[in-house]
Amino acid sequence: MKILVCISQVPDTTTKIAFTDGNTKFAEAGVQWIVNPYDEWYALVRALEIQEKGGSTVTLLNVGPAANDAVIRKALAIGGDDAVRIDADPKESYFVAAQIAAYAKSESFDLVLFGKETINYNGAEVPGMVAELLDAPFISQASKLEVEGSGIVCERPTEAGVEVVSSSTPVVVSAQKGMSEARIPNMRGIMAARTKPLKVVAAVAVDTLTEVTSFSLPDAKSAVKLISPDNMDELVRLLHEEAKVI
Amino acid sequence: MSVLIFTEAVNGKIKKSSLEAVTYGSKVAAALGTQAVALNLNPGGADLSELGKYGASKVIVGKNASLASFDSQVYTAAIAEVAASVGATVVVTVNDSLGKAVAPRLSARLKAGLVAGATTLPNTAIGFNVTKNVFSGKAKAHYNIVSAVKVISLMPNAVQPEANGSAASVEEVNLNIGVSAKTVIKEVKRASTDKIALPEAELVVSAGRGMKGPENWGIVEDLANVVGAATACSRPVADIGWRPHHEHVGQTGVAIRPNLYIAIGISGAIQHLAGVNQSKTIVVINKDPEAPFFKAADYGVVGDAFEIVPRLTEAFKKYKAGH
Ligand SMILES: Cc1cc2nc3c(=O)[nH]c(=O)nc-3n(C[C@H](O)[C@H](O)[C@H](O)COP(=O)(O)OP(=O)(O)OC[C@H]3O[C@@H](n4cnc5c(N)ncnc54)[C@H](O)[C@@H]3O)c2cc1C
Ligand SMILES: Nc1ncnc2c1ncn2[C@@H]1O[C@H](COP(=O)(O)O)[C@@H](O)[C@H]1O
Repeated sequence: MKILVCISQVPDTTTKIAFTDGNTKFAEAGVQWIVNPYDEWYALVRALEIQEKGGSTVTLLNVGPAANDAVIRKALAIGGDDAVRIDADPKESYFVAAQIAAYAKSESFDLVLFGKETINYNGAEVPGMVAELLDAPFISQASKLEVEGSGIVCERPTEAGVEVVSSSTPVVVSAQKGMSEARIPNMRGIMAARTKPLKVVAAVAVDTLTEVTSFSLPDAKSAVKLISPDNMDELVRLLHEEAKVI
Repeated sequence: MSVLIFTEAVNGKIKKSSLEAVTYGSKVAAALGTQAVALNLNPGGADLSELGKYGASKVIVGKNASLASFDSQVYTAAIAEVAASVGATVVVTVNDSLGKAVAPRLSARLKAGLVAGATTLPNTAIGFNVTKNVFSGKAKAHYNIVSAVKVISLMPNAVQPEANGSAASVEEVNLNIGVSAKTVIKEVKRASTDKIALPEAELVVSAGRGMKGPENWGIVEDLANVVGAATACSRPVADIGWRPHHEHVGQTGVAIRPNLYIAIGISGAIQHLAGVNQSKTIVVINKDPEAPFFKAADYGVVGDAFEIVPRLTEAFKKYKAGH
């Protein structure tokens, strides 16, 4: 199987969220960048597990500026044969999706793997867009993925229960918890990542469909109301009369 | 021109989130001076004329044998076909598991800008500006959709359904679709029926490493049963195998936004909060008064969970008996 794993760069999960330029830009000063956890822990590791059974290649893809190379190498330290960076500012979902689709089309991958969403924009937008642009089937938010014959079988938790879904290839899958376990890169992986090919590809021209006009912080929470541990009736009363949630 | 709202029904009932979407879509239509059209592709016996009460001026039921597949490619083609026939400039879906698969596809197919997980009505005074939560609820982003056609995937629970209108006419339309499903749902493994699914739950009781071991979860489950809540847990608890993985909430687990979230013996790490901070009311029970979770809580109880939780269960029992 020819597998493409799309990885995005996101701020470390403990980053303090702040904005600059009149609340129009995320404050990047001092931010530690990591590979989006869903992409690394689930999509990439599952691709590597499939590769370890033999007969598959794993290419990593990021749409981003040269500054992203460090994070791409971090992902390569976990595994993968090579990486591609499409040289562009990842402005918005459709723009990114169109870049990924253009590259994926030219290389005819069997399986295009994504994380279920980025932890900064929480979009869960790019994978479905890529599927449509490739005219390919899409299994979103899969928690399990097995190769079966020339196709795949996934599990996908929904409101109704866990769906077991099969698909032919080529196919697009977005991955969530359950698909695999996070791996920690070892010294050999880190050394190998330094010399793995990282190809830079020019972006294609694409219209953007959305733009962020500003950011804001959620309304500040009022101070916690402490209830005596001996008076749980009072807590239940407040939940009913004040919070009105029961 | 029109606003098209994609709705879903299960077990002969229109989903609550779809009633929210129709309420939302009809307000968008009013703001744009046009009509709201509701679309359903799998009614399963539900009375769709009801959607008129929530503001739809017309309901279309799309018919085609391939819709039984629930395949996202087929559904996208179907919605796009109806959107073209009613001249939709805005398409509204629900940001649930089907909507999350379909809305991005629809966006790419129609070259229509998408805001997935929208929480507000569009502000048309400054373009077509819609808000959604970003950075796992630690901030909001305000997006302008600049394309001619727009797709909004509405966050469940962001608006309340409002039924002020009267029943609408329901029209069946045979669709061409023109693509066939490449995915097959082979089976749906249902969670045991007496359990409430976590992503949908309005009430959630959750516990963390403070419970010391899986053998102590009895008091957590007792509380959840009395409250009628789903159970959840912090990540380390799922990782060490005290609880099943699907209960893990947080940044890397399930993100939830119930009306009530009761957190027991959970410290409130930033990655945990990211998945639960959009709950309407948060109750924290922790023996450490310095636990960071108290900063995010509405109500707090400082003390030993092993004493407090059974007392809270009793208090809920008393309340339930009187209501
Ligand atoms: C990239 C990344 C992603 C992560 N994603 C998630 C995620 O999605 N979800 C998540 O939950 N975590 C996540 N984590 C882990 C997170 O940082 C915390 O480690 C975790 O949430 C802590 O779990 P806990 O509160 O159960 O345990 P602890 O931090 O050990 O807290 C236990 C709490 O129980 C209290 N306690 C102890 N005994 C009692 C008692 N008898 N009565 C009452 N209280 C008691 C203690 O005071 C303490 O506050 C992530 C971490 C990383 C690095
Ligand atoms: N700039 C990017 N480059 C490569 N892949 C990306 C990029 N942005 C998002 N993705 C992929 O798309 C998934 C969903 O992203 P999003 O739709 O932004 O939530 C991520 O988990 C990644 O797999």
